[in-house]
Order: sequence, then C-alpha cells, then structure tokens
Amino acid sequence: MLAAVLSLTLLGAVLGVVLGIASKFLSVEGNPVVDELIAMMPGSNCGQCGFPGCSGAAAAIVDGSAPPTCCPPGGKALASAIAARLGLSVDLSGLADDGPKIALVAEELCIGCCRCSKVCPTDAIIGAAKQVHNVFREACTGCASCVEKCPTEALSMKPLPVTLQHWVMPRPLAA
Amino acid sequence: MTPLAITTPPVASPHAHGGNSVGRTMFRVQLALLPATLYGFWLYGWPSFFLWLLCILSCVGSEALALKLTGSPRIRATLLDGSAALTGWLLAMTLPPWAPWWVAVLGGCIAIVIGKQVFGGVGQNVFNPAMVARVALLVSFPLPLTLWVLPLPMATLPAPDFVAGLRIFLGSLPVPDAITGATLLGHAKTELARGLDLGQALAAAPATSWLGLRPGSFGESAALLILCGGLYLLLTRVITWQAPLGVLAGVAIPAAIGHALDPGRFLGAEAQLLSGALLLGAFFIATDYVTSPNTATGQLIFGLGIGFLTWVIRSFGGYPEGMAFAVLLMNALTPVIDRFVKPRILGRDRRGKPLDQPEKA
Amino acid sequence: MGLMQLFKQLAGDDWGVHPDDRKRPAADRPVRTMPLPARLYLPLQQHLGSPARPVVLVGQTVLKGELIAEAQGAVSAPIHAPTSGTIVAVSEVTAPHPSGLTLPAIILEADGRDQWCELDGCADPFALAPAEIGRRVAAAGVVGLGGAAFPSAVKLSGAARSQVTTLVINGGECEPYLSCDDRLMRDAAAAIVDGIRIMRHACGARLALVGIEDNKPEAIAAMQAAAAGQADIEVRPVPARYPMGSEKQLIQVLTGKEVPADGRAFDIGILVHNVGTALAVRAAIREGKPLISRLLTVNGNCVADPGNVEVRIGTLAEDVLAFAGGLKGDGLGLARRIVGGPMMGMQIPHWRVPVVKGSSGILALDAAEVASREPDPCIRCGSCVKACPVGLLPLEMSARIRNQAYADAVDIGLKDCIACGCCAYVCPSKIPLVQYFVHAKGELAAQERGKLRNEATRKLALQRQERLDREAREKAEAAARRKAEREAAAAAKAAAAAQTVEAGT
Repeated sequence: MLAAVLSLTLLGAVLGVVLGIASKFLSVEGNPVVDELIAMMPGSNCGQCGFPGCSGAAAAIVDGSAPPTCCPPGGKALASAIAARLGLSVDLSGLADDGPKIALVAEELCIGCCRCSKVCPTDAIIGAAKQVHNVFREACTGCASCVEKCPTEALSMKPLPVTLQHWVMPRPLAA
Repeated sequence: MTPLAITTPPVASPHAHGGNSVGRTMFRVQLALLPATLYGFWLYGWPSFFLWLLCILSCVGSEALALKLTGSPRIRATLLDGSAALTGWLLAMTLPPWAPWWVAVLGGCIAIVIGKQVFGGVGQNVFNPAMVARVALLVSFPLPLTLWVLPLPMATLPAPDFVAGLRIFLGSLPVPDAITGATLLGHAKTELARGLDLGQALAAAPATSWLGLRPGSFGESAALLILCGGLYLLLTRVITWQAPLGVLAGVAIPAAIGHALDPGRFLGAEAQLLSGALLLGAFFIATDYVTSPNTATGQLIFGLGIGFLTWVIRSFGGYPEGMAFAVLLMNALTPVIDRFVKPRILGRDRRGKPLDQPEKA
Repeated sequence: MGLMQLFKQLAGDDWGVHPDDRKRPAADRPVRTMPLPARLYLPLQQHLGSPARPVVLVGQTVLKGELIAEAQGAVSAPIHAPTSGTIVAVSEVTAPHPSGLTLPAIILEADGRDQWCELDGCADPFALAPAEIGRRVAAAGVVGLGGAAFPSAVKLSGAARSQVTTLVINGGECEPYLSCDDRLMRDAAAAIVDGIRIMRHACGARLALVGIEDNKPEAIAAMQAAAAGQADIEVRPVPARYPMGSEKQLIQVLTGKEVPADGRAFDIGILVHNVGTALAVRAAIREGKPLISRLLTVNGNCVADPGNVEVRIGTLAEDVLAFAGGLKGDGLGLARRIVGGPMMGMQIPHWRVPVVKGSSGILALDAAEVASREPDPCIRCGSCVKACPVGLLPLEMSARIRNQAYADAVDIGLKDCIACGCCAYVCPSKIPLVQYFVHAKGELAAQERGKLRNEATRKLALQRQERLDREAREKAEAAARRKAEREAAAAAKAAAAAQTVEAGT
C-alpha cells in the first residue's frame, strides 16, 4: 500500500518536473505563423473581415479571436488552407460562400466621379473622369469597398452566374 | 416535366443498385445459423431455447433503449435491419446451454450498450459486441459460464419438459450434477495443471465429435452444421474465404506442429478444430464486417492472428478456451491492419507511386 | 453466384460487378431511323476541351454537313449542321447534365429538304498520309462516341507521335441497357473493320484488338466474320463484367498491360477507340461526312417501344422518346431520366435536353429499376473494396469526404477514382459513394480555382501598391523639381535685382 502510494507520488513529481522543464525550453518565441498566414491571404486589405487589413486578420485568426473563415474574398479555399496550416477543423458549410460576387456598374447611373476606382484594392475599376466606369471582371475580388463610395448608387454586387464548369455536385444528405 | 423533378436535388450515378441490403445480409447470416441452432435445441432442450430467445430479446431491447436515449431518428430502420438480433443470436450460441436468465439479459445489455452503442451504433464499434459480452460474462461470472451440461441424447436423465426447462432457466430448479461434464479443452487444462500427461488424461475425456455430441456451448458444437452454414455464406458471397481459412489454419498449423513435437503436452489439430468456439468463430465471428479488416489480405492476416492467438491461449493461458479473447485482441489490431494492408491501386505500385512508363520501342 | 465466380474470387480476380444487363429485347430489334425533327439544338460544347466558336449568323441558311462552329484551341471539335435549314438563334439550351444548367447552343430550324453540302470523300484512304487522315477526322468533328467525347483526331495524332503499337477497339459496352455498339457491330461489321483499318493506318499501330463482351455473341460472330481476312485485326471476346468497357480495364484484360496512374494509354503504346468512333472515322474519310448523327439506345421500363434509334445530333430527348412510342402510362411511373447508361450516365432534370455526340442512350427508368432508398450507416462490409476495379477504398474515401477532409481523400486515391459506380452499386447500405467522390472532386477544383484567384488578387494588390508608391514618388519628385525651379527662379530674380541695384549705383 505504502509502496504504491510512494511510487505513484514519485512518478507524478518526476513527470511534473520534466513537463515544467520542457515547457521552459521548448517554448515557441513570438508567432511566426502570423507571417505565414499573411503570405497566404489576398493582401488587398479590403477590410471585409472587420480588421484594419490582412495582417490584422491574420493575427486575429492565430490568436483565435477570429475564425479561419473570416476572409470573404479568400473563400473556402483560403479558409481550408488556413485551417490546415493551424491544424484546426473548420466547418466550411457555415461559410457564406453563395458563389463569388463581383461589382457591376449601372452605366445609366455612373457619373464618372472616379471615387470608386481610387478605393479599389486591385485596380479593377477602369474609367477616366467624367467617363462611364467599368469593372474588370477578372480582377474584381468582390470586396465591395467601391459600393459605399459611389454617390449615385451605380455600383452593386452581383453574384457571378454558376456555369457548368463551376458547378459542384452537392454533398449527399447525411446517412 | 413534373414539378418534382425540378425540386429534387441532383443525384450522381449509378442509377441502379445490386439489391443487396444490410437487412438481407443479416438475414442470410441468421439463416446460416439456423441449422446449428435448431440442432442445439434438440441437443440441450427447453432451457437452451429460452436462453436463445432471451438473448435476442435483450439485445433488441437494449438497442431500442439506447437509440431512444440517444435520440436517433431511425430507431425502426435500425431495429429492422436485424443486426441487434444477430448479435443476440451469436451471443446465445457461445453461452453454456443452460445458463440462467440473468446471464442472457446482462449479456445482451453488455453486447449492445458497451459493445456497440457507446461507439456510435452499427458500423462504428471496434470490438465484436457478442465477444465483448461473452468475455465480460466469463470474467465476471466464471461459475455459470463454465457449467456445461451433457447433450441430452448422451445424458442418463430424461430431458426437462417445458415447465422444468423454464424453472431451470429461471434458476428455481438446480441443474442436476449428473448431467454436467467438462469440455475437452477444460478437461485437458485441468489435467495438465494437475501434472498429468495428455495421453492418460484424454482417456477419460469426452471425445471430439463432428455431430456435436460433446459438452460445450449451445451453438458451438455441431461442427458439420456450422460448416454447412459457413459454406452457404461463402456461396452467397456474404463472407469471403480469407478470414475463416486464416482462423482454421492459424490454429491447425501450430496445433499439428505442437502435437507432433510433444503429444503429451499439446492437443492435436483435429481436437483443436472441433473444440470450443473455433468453427463458429471462424465462419461467424471472424467474418463480422464491422470489426474485421476491409481487404482480402487483411482478412487473411486477421484470421491467422485469431487462430494463432486462440491456440496460444488454449495451450499456455489460464483459460481453457481463448477464441473470444483472440477475437477481441485482433479486433483491436484491425485499424492497424487496415492502415498497412491496402489494395494496390491500378497503375500504381504497392506504395502508391505511379508505375514506371516503359521505354518507347 | 455460381461456382465460376467463387473460383474467380478465390483467385483474387474479382474486380467489378455483374449487373443485370437488361440489353434485350431492345438489342435484338432492328435499328430505326428517326425522321427529322423540326428544330435541332446544337450545344457548342459537346466534347471534352474548349467549346467550339460559332461561324454562322442568325438567319443564315446552311446545308446539311456545313460547318456551323469551328474548333478553338488544341483540344476541341467543330460542329456541323445535321440537316439543311436556317439558323434561328444562338442561345442557351439545357445541358445533358445533372445540374440542369444551360449551355450556349446553335438552334437550327430544318427546312425538310435535308440537302447535303459538297462532300470531299476519298476513295483510297490508305494513300493518304496519316497526318492528313488526322486532319480530316478533326475537320469532321469526330469525337469518342463511347461517352467521354474526347476529340478523336487529337488522340489519333497524339498516338502517331508516340508511336503506338496496338490499337484497341472498345466493343465492351458494359453499361446495362445500352446496345447501340452491339447493334452497330451486328449491322455494320464490315464498315467498322474498314474504319479500324483506316485508324490503324492513321496511328501507325501494327495490331488492332477488338474487345467485345461475351454477352454479345452475335456481335462477336459478325465482327469475326468481317475481320476474317485481316491478319492484323483480332476480335477477342472478353468476359462480361462491368466496367469492362473502361479504357484501363479493357487494356489490362486484352493486353495484360497496365496504364501508369499518371500516364495515358499512349505511354504504353496503346490507343483505344470505340467501335462507333471507328464507323464515324470511316464515314469522315471515305465519304467526307462529318459527325451529324449517331445511334443511341432508348430503353428503360417506362419507354413504350424501346430500341436503337439513329438520331441527328441536336434532337431533343423529348422528340426521341416520342418517336420511341412515348412513355408508358404518360410517364406516371417515371422515376429518373438519364442520358447515357445507368452506371455512369447523367440524370437530367427534364426531357428538353438535346442529344449530343457523346449520348449513348436515353433511359426512362421506373422506381424499381432505380432502387433508390435512404442510405443506412456504413457497416464496413468491404463490398466496395472488393468491387472497385481500381483498387481503392471507397468506404474510407467517403468517410473522409463526409468530414470535408478532401485532401485526405486525395491521399488515399480519390484522383484515381473513375466514377464507375461499382462501389455504390454493391453497397448494402446504399450509400451514394460516387456522389461523395464527384462532390469532392468538384470542391477540390473549386478550391484550386479559388487559390489561383487569390494569387491573382495578391498580384493585383501588389501592383496597385507599386503604382501608388510610384505615383507618390513621382509626385514628390515633381514637387521637388518645381520647388527647385522656383528657388532657381527666385535666386535668378534676386541676382538680377542685385545686378540692377549694382548697375544703378
């Protein structure tokens, strides 16, 4: 009886000391992961995540205050890449990814004020002053920064139509 | 163009099905068990029938209760697929034929609740539920679990009638000593422990029997009928040959070698094969879908492992019979086997690298 | 369930499934030719690769066989007018695809005269250079008629470049219900053999092997008779087993060779074409006829008058069904509409879907044939593992996909899956395994696209940042320059003033 108590106590004490030493010597300095995440993100600093920029969002994701799914332009692809990097499991179905959206200029409303093209993080809006602007489809990331700048509400976000090439077979209903 | 067609979500191919179902598979296994079971009723009389019935009822009841408590939306469908009933049936087959009622009830509960539902229900369990229950009962209640009655045709007393059978089952009538005996494996183990040579010991032991005329569990002894059931399962492709053959070979080969080296210490291959749960285990337990590996090679390894461990436990262990322990041990190894034994993918080598492209002529 | 199968199982040669083939009686009925429908709907993408580009205008009249859309890109195929008539629109038509999405298509109104344009046939194809045959096959818009619709000319010229030695002709037709290839081999064996010789000439193969499943004895006999004089064309019966008609499986059974996982059949010196394609190649070379019609099987319990029908490309399935006697009981028992076979075919949302070059069948199945029911949990029986002709672990893949671990599914072989459907066919729990795999493949492709897009966005954002920096720099430089100029001017002024002052003194 006494031997068992003693041996277990001893075992606990030794392991505790080992763990304590390990935590001291093997601790990770700073967080290099944040930089890695910043490198993965779109880098357009569009602000849709609610953080000042991509680096802010990356830091928030790493310290756990924001989910990996917080970047709308990154979409599912980025969310799963971040989750894989951080070893998190992420519920992609919760991500409001109802297809990518892009900005569209209503030509009859556009007055050519150039306010939208100034804020566009990817220079996707083309058009000189006093000319009707246009959105370059390939470059638009759907960040919607331009929409609120437009004085005439000529800009709106339209979902990209799903084509046969982009269609994904739905997941079977769970058994 | 019906509106239904537009609202239903798209489905992928194939738009046909072979018609197999979980229910059909379970039904076929039960059909394969039927001859040995009916024969068992004839061998052991009414108490064995009550045991069989209560084991099944207990398993089905436990399953229903567990599903209800976990709030499963598909209680009816799960109960109707027959997997719980099959577990109960298999458990009954491995119990002493005159085991009392509470063994059946407790066994069913253990099998379903601890063996299956805590893992998440059908398809999720790591261990064979019937074997979990069997081992739990054996180590907890060794006495009733090793009380072997002689097959009634061999006994000197008349068979108990319905009422007497029920009373024996309910424990209000003691089992007469005159009709109990030891199994071959049990006898050999005790005699060896007493320091006797098997050559002398076996002179007084019950012989092996293809027809099941030996003391033993309710459904394990009728070797011929179990073999028939196994062959039926093989022919209907419910099971494959790898696991059963593995079990039989895993026991027979070391047994033959051991017996040849020291007949006074080790039982022969035939005695090993016809004893205990071996045949039942080979065809009905080792072939359990959920707890055995998925690949043919894996099943062969799994079977060999069960057979060999059974022989080791029988020959060197503390218990006379080791089938259930061997099955549980190999069940635990199944994920490992599945991890390392995978089929070769067409166009790739065993390690998953694409095949080399031959030099162009 | 016989002893033979048990033996095969013992030998470990047990891939695939043996579905009830349900080919007869439709296969035994003579081929019917469908009369011209009023309108034809010709999708611009009927093949693998880039879509064709229309070269006609709305209102233009075209003759039968005239080019209406040209191939664009390396892997593509042109489209020809299946009959003479007027182009009434270039718009959208529902694709033969489960999504029910539309495809851009040319809509042709038939004028009823069915007048051919001028055709450029060739009496002696063997005098043509192989490259010329490839060119003519490409111009005729021939694609693989077995279902995948890969442009045939791309395969032929690729095979000629990689010096294939064996041409495998796929007469497997392992899909249940379908019998159009069977019918072609019975009715046009001589023409198919001619087509095979032309293809052999085009690709430079020494030997042509025709593999036909042994559940088609009439086709085997007809093909053997037609190939009797040809020492280098061998007609070989192969066991009827699904998916025998899959390229890699057929190659393995016929030649014993295995196509490397990351390679194509070319890499081991083999080219595979379907029997229907052989016939289309022959028509394209001998008669100069482009691919404008095909034989397809109309079948299923709901079809009143099943059989094989010669149909113009672009005919709506609706019209084909009407020709085949319509649906029994006005389609009351109809459970599923399918283009292709039941194992790999596409469910379609309604019948207003055109026949395209790769459509091998139109099936109207009732509930008993589809045998659809709610899936049960997986019992890990391993049936799918035994059935998989590729050697995958479908149960493990689907479990990973259910948890959205798509990358893990790829690690254990998702990319090697050929979506043949054997696993789902044998699954006792009726788990829609193929749907899991198709879903995962789609998700992975979407993620790949998303990744590319993110990279592009990063680049654009960087470029913008550079532009802003450059502009700021330029602005600063300009300001500095102006300041310098101003200072210089002021200094000059001051100097000048000083001079005047000096002069004044």
